[in-house]
Amino acid sequence: MITLTDRGLYCEAGDFFIDPWGPAGCAVITHAHADHARDGSGLYVTSREGAGVLAARLLPGAVIDPLAYGEVRVRKGVRISLHPAGHILGSAQVRVEHQGEVWVVSGDYKVEADATCAAFEPLRCHTFVTESTFGLPVYRWPRQQEVFGEIDAWWRGNQAKGKASVLFAYALGKAQRVLAGLRPDTGPVYLHGAVARMTALYRDAGVPLPPAAWAGTEAEARREDMARALVLAPPSAAGTPWLRRFGNLSTGFASGWMRIRGTRRRQAVDRGFVLSDHADWPGLLSAIRETGAETVWVTHGYRAPLVRWLTEQGLRARAVDARFEGETAESAPEEAAP
Amino acid sequence: MRAFAELYAALDATNKTSEKVEALAGYFRHAPPRDAAWAVYFLTGRRLKRLLESAKLWQWATEESGLPAWLVGECYDAVGDTAETIALLLPEGAGGAEGSLSEWVETRLLPLRDLGDAERRQILLDAWRRMDHRQRFVWNKLITGAFRVGVSQNLVTRAIAEVSGVEENAIAHRLMGDWEPTEEFAARLLSRDTRDAGVSRPYPFCLAHPYEGDLAELGPPAGWLIEWKWDGIRCQLIRRGWQTFLWSRGEELITERFPEIAGLGGLLGEGTVIDGEVTAWRGGAPLPFAQLQRRIGRKTLSARILAEAPAALIAYDLLECEGRDVRERPLEWRRARLAELVERVAAPERLILSPPAPAASWEQAALLRREARARGVEGFMLKRLGSPYRVGRKRGDWWKWKIEPYAVDCVLIYAQRGSGRRASLYTDYTFGVWDGGQLVPFAKAYSGLDDAEIRRVDAFVRRNTLERFGPVRTVKPELVFELAFEGIQESTRHKSGIAVRFPRIARWRTDKKPEEADTLETVRALLGHGPSGPGEP
Repeated sequence: MITLTDRGLYCEAGDFFIDPWGPAGCAVITHAHADHARDGSGLYVTSREGAGVLAARLLPGAVIDPLAYGEVRVRKGVRISLHPAGHILGSAQVRVEHQGEVWVVSGDYKVEADATCAAFEPLRCHTFVTESTFGLPVYRWPRQQEVFGEIDAWWRGNQAKGKASVLFAYALGKAQRVLAGLRPDTGPVYLHGAVARMTALYRDAGVPLPPAAWAGTEAEARREDMARALVLAPPSAAGTPWLRRFGNLSTGFASGWMRIRGTRRRQAVDRGFVLSDHADWPGLLSAIRETGAETVWVTHGYRAPLVRWLTEQGLRARAVDARFEGETAESAPEEAAP
Repeated sequence: MRAFAELYAALDATNKTSEKVEALAGYFRHAPPRDAAWAVYFLTGRRLKRLLESAKLWQWATEESGLPAWLVGECYDAVGDTAETIALLLPEGAGGAEGSLSEWVETRLLPLRDLGDAERRQILLDAWRRMDHRQRFVWNKLITGAFRVGVSQNLVTRAIAEVSGVEENAIAHRLMGDWEPTEEFAARLLSRDTRDAGVSRPYPFCLAHPYEGDLAELGPPAGWLIEWKWDGIRCQLIRRGWQTFLWSRGEELITERFPEIAGLGGLLGEGTVIDGEVTAWRGGAPLPFAQLQRRIGRKTLSARILAEAPAALIAYDLLECEGRDVRERPLEWRRARLAELVERVAAPERLILSPPAPAASWEQAALLRREARARGVEGFMLKRLGSPYRVGRKRGDWWKWKIEPYAVDCVLIYAQRGSGRRASLYTDYTFGVWDGGQLVPFAKAYSGLDDAEIRRVDAFVRRNTLERFGPVRTVKPELVFELAFEGIQESTRHKSGIAVRFPRIARWRTDKKPEEADTLETVRALLGHGPSGPGEP
């Protein structure tokens, strides 16, 4: 029912692509990260919650057909519906049903619920297309409350030393999740411009977030409370002159890749916080199990080990190439796509 | 154990020396003496040998994880470190590593060496189940012995000096040589009484930074001692208590491996310490380093090897004279005493006063430096007259000014993932040179690229893999690098017939195409330049 073409996953019966790699007629979009949402398609179908963010990431004038979670759109007899993936605001799994056969394309997903997006919803299907960004058993996430506690302790420690705390997090999704997890009474929070823009979209969509101001111009940033502040910035701001405005500072990075010491040390940040918007190994396995699917396609990240593992568990599994790798350990500091 | 694991985490979380020293000092201030002794032991890179075969460690960890061995292997491939992989693989424990570090080491770690497998396995499983992954990582590191946290002996020394109020030099001295991590050791380490030099204990070596600036900035050459930089084993020869000790810079006692040098001890006065370089030496000239290497790995020395590769000590400096520490005396004073001593010993093929290079001007020195290779030396050492003998690597008084290395353009042909900080990146490369239309592997190199370049090469390797053999990938021969190295020798053990010393990447020649890389013939032509002598055994 769905095939892998040179433009990505395609449903011939319904004549639409899911997260196409380039321009297509109809593109069903799982979420607005750049490795999933590309410019140039005629029509974009995405979740209602994600429509605002998607519009902001695409060229002006893109035609977007927003769908409520669970609402069914029928195209040429194929039933399409979107269901929460728990990755970022508006992220969705795509459920495709045709003549009794059900496929679910997960996009990127996370099974632990957080305050900034609808929680992942397990769906039954025959074939499940799963991501595997962190498809190795060494990737197990600590509970997010624990990580937020670590961030707060680091922040307070920096305050005691008179240093600003600059925390790198992807501008769309991660930054807002961190913001939601910060303790507002610890000190003032400032945002890099890229983070501020995405945060405004979250607020517009009704996500409750604590107050945080744009870090602003250099002159504005020289406020005396900088040494008490936490600044949220995209990883691409690391090592740039933009940081100079904060004076003495300590840097941190919030990402699943921080689980591995070598990756953490290569980022040349003072602290790594293990916080991911992707499923960890147990999360991937439980999500796959709950679909009841007998066939699993695996895309992004550590495909081969997960495919072999699933095969040994008696499932039909295959690796599916992804044109855009999205979040990898090594693209992290430059922030390639998401 | 918990405090020690927290210390590790604190050290690991910062790159700033001052914060590391602060964390160390904080630990030593509160640690019981036995714990402090063990902490110093591990932090200064000492290791408990042969506790457990790593195959057993992997086997039990794999069983405990409930995962197939291939998947554990994939994890190791991504993480690049045994201790860390195992720490991350197992389900999180409660974090209850109660008990002191010394208790954990003495009642659990040390017994591993002699217990049967069932008991050893029980100790490991019990530890793993109780600890969270951070504690488990440190515990595993103690077992595997590769305990690196970016803490140098120097930093440990500074922290202990801070806590004890004793000056750094004295602490550094106490940490040298052989000692056991006992309560008595800890007490001695922190003691304010500094009349404690053990009989065998060497002084911390004074080390030099490479000089890269303009020599004129050093002032007139008359203010400097210009010596050849010999390529051997830096050592201290110690005569105290009518005993002789030869210590390498790696703090290994190598007296028995060099009987001809040990024999000099009896000719030295009581209370003498000489800093020098052990080289293979015959007929007034050094033999290639490969000859010395034949002596290093051996415990028993045949008459043949003693005859073929006789060793000498080239004396650089005098650190102790008639039982007194003379490191604070000016360099000229120490050299003069050393010269008298060498003359008195009168063993011209065994103990040699490091000859000053005959250079009256920096221009002349630069000319002489070009001959260095033919003389079998690595360049020059520049030592400021009037300077004391310092502890460790300090800038200003000592510089090494090495000869330009050999350089060859070659093509990247194999790549392998690195370990530690470079785990999961392709950072270990094999390079080839042309030989009749084929690239033959010529040298391996692991360093020389910056992080951004490493990422680019890594991306290239992933996209241009031709074949995979286990962890090694054959890549499309496309990238050209200039490889620098210090020495070149014939070798029967290498496919190219050549072995090079200290190869590293000098630069990435993005301007060159692979067909423009050097040939084996041009590389072989370099063989004539070094000191003559037989190749590797």
